[in-house]
Amino acid sequence: MMIGLNHYLAVSAILFGLGLACILVRRDILLILMGLEMNLNAANLALVAFSRFGHGATGQVMTFFVMAIAAAEAAIGLAIVVALFRKGKSTRVNEFRTLRG
Amino acid sequence: MPTIEHITWILLFSPLVAALGILLFTRRAPTVSAAVSIGAALVSFAASVKLFLVVAGGTGVVIAPHIWLSVGTFTVEWGAVVDRLSVLMLLVVTGVGSAIQIYSVGYMKGDSGISRYFAYMSLFTFSMLGVVLSPNFIQMFMFWELVGVSSYLLIGFWFERPAAAAAGQKAFIVNRIGDAGLILGILTIWACAGTFDFAELAGQWQGLGLTPLILAAAAGLVFCGAAGKSAQVPLHVWLPDAMEGPTPVSALIHAATMVAAGVYMLCRVSWLITASPMVMTGIAWIGGVTALMAALIALTQSDIKRILAYSTLSQLGYMMMAVGLGGSTEAMFHLTTHAFFKALLFLSAGSVIMALHHEQDIWKMGGLRKRMPLTFGAFLIGTLALGGIWPLSGYYSKDEILLLALEQNTALLVVGLVTAFLTALYMGRLLWVVFFGEARDRRLAGHAGESPWVVTLPLVFLAVLSVVGGWYAEVPRFLSPEYHAVAYSDKVMAGFLAVPVIGFLLAWRVYGKAPADDAVLRKGFGPCYRLMESKFYFDECYGWLIENVQGGAALVCETFDRWIICGAGVGGLTGTARMLGWAVRTVQSGDLRFTLFVTGAGVVALLLWLLAG
Repeated sequence: MMIGLNHYLAVSAILFGLGLACILVRRDILLILMGLEMNLNAANLALVAFSRFGHGATGQVMTFFVMAIAAAEAAIGLAIVVALFRKGKSTRVNEFRTLRG
Repeated sequence: MPTIEHITWILLFSPLVAALGILLFTRRAPTVSAAVSIGAALVSFAASVKLFLVVAGGTGVVIAPHIWLSVGTFTVEWGAVVDRLSVLMLLVVTGVGSAIQIYSVGYMKGDSGISRYFAYMSLFTFSMLGVVLSPNFIQMFMFWELVGVSSYLLIGFWFERPAAAAAGQKAFIVNRIGDAGLILGILTIWACAGTFDFAELAGQWQGLGLTPLILAAAAGLVFCGAAGKSAQVPLHVWLPDAMEGPTPVSALIHAATMVAAGVYMLCRVSWLITASPMVMTGIAWIGGVTALMAALIALTQSDIKRILAYSTLSQLGYMMMAVGLGGSTEAMFHLTTHAFFKALLFLSAGSVIMALHHEQDIWKMGGLRKRMPLTFGAFLIGTLALGGIWPLSGYYSKDEILLLALEQNTALLVVGLVTAFLTALYMGRLLWVVFFGEARDRRLAGHAGESPWVVTLPLVFLAVLSVVGGWYAEVPRFLSPEYHAVAYSDKVMAGFLAVPVIGFLLAWRVYGKAPADDAVLRKGFGPCYRLMESKFYFDECYGWLIENVQGGAALVCETFDRWIICGAGVGGLTGTARMLGWAVRTVQSGDLRFTLFVTGAGVVALLLWLLAG
């Protein structure tokens, strides 16, 4: 069986779903950030697959951008986590409800 | 050589300039303020004399009106009318006004608000002159209201006293009730004739062919305003309370000038009154009732200024009676002489009040004749003039009105004669209780002495006018040159003179023995005495009416406002917004995962929709 584009996309979708589940289910903000990284990497996988089967380098270039942004996002996210921990002595999201309407 | 127009504008505006100058620049310098105010009054007086000479030598002039405001075909003009009627009134206002302002220097000495006092006095003079000079209804109404405002300011001059502040408000509100009628009357006239101008209206009012009902409504409504200003029953309740103001204010505003404004206006618009015989009868009777009732009340009061206030009411009733009987000239004659002798009486009373350290109860006075001979002389002249004793001014002017009643309405003649008798009685009572006998309160009388010359000089001036003001019927003959005093038999004239003489004799009989209180009167009148002493319960009736009728109406309105307008209308709108907000707010739980779930679900739903579409 030849491994085609759809297989890559399926893996990407599964990865994305796992990441989303992690974000929605987990309470610890560090794990939510990890889920977020997974989502981004699922997207990267899809982009690379499109690039490979689409005969173009655009997807690979996009991937590098996504990686750079992911690094920046991780830095900012972790900084926020530290600030939250200092303020609330916790990293569990269900304890932060100040945006309640 | 200044023209008549220049003189008129100087006459009108110099008190206004004085008032503004005092308020803006010389508040801290009471002496300068007094000088500025008196100076302006004297300038106005000189200008009035000049205008008097001009008008006496020829006919009146209407100063070319300027357009004040113009909306479409509707224009309001601004000008001045200088004729015999207004010139006479100008002389009274500025002449008596100047004397009273000079007197005020003595009376207000040591008060902390002298500058404010003189500013208000000048403002009042300006407003009053404006009323007198107005050639149309709109201009007159404007100055009419200014007179009301300055009267309010001066009654409440000692505003730290609650009674004075309340009296000022009462005067203003009661006047507003009358003025509501006046403005409706002005609008009625405008709707019928299309102009506000007195001269134009005088010419065309009779020829408009209006129904008697409209004529009566217009005249009656305008009379409402006059009744408010001139304190006629049932709008008289403010005038006695206005005595809370300083005594010179009572003399100028609430005896000589402002309260005469109503009579003056009716004389100015006599074409309006004479067009409706029904209203004329009504005015005559309201005047008669006011005259009689006020005289009865005056008989029982114990405050020297209130007695004079009720006496003013009574005399204003005479003037209204004359207006109602078609005698504008007679009314103006009595207005003029009354301004002289009533201002004289008030200023003499003020001199007494000053000497007794602001004691106003006549049952604490007595024996002042020897201590204050000049004041006594002035008061005596004023009393005799008011009572109508020959040959003082009051005799002539009052007899003119009584003769008018004799010709037309016997019932009113009886009312007038009874009032004349009562007038002599209560003035005799006042004179004997205050000036004769021995001092009832020795501690109070111990310091009493004659007042300084700034006080007595105006007294002398006004006393002379009170004596000669009626001689040879100069005033009515000036007003209408074709006027001829009706010659009546000596019997009638002797009868008219006998009535006040009997009154004075009775007063002497009762009060000549210097009683300590009013026991004789109390016994003589029996149960009626309570009624008179309580001023016929007018204030109580009004209090009851306001509490129940106005209070009930207010309750209905308040309920409607609170439950219908505010509850259902405004509350309905805010309630809807609040309910919507509550529904939407529950989504915002603040839980991050829930928010993300909803976002994710939204994205998925959007994707499905896009892909399916």
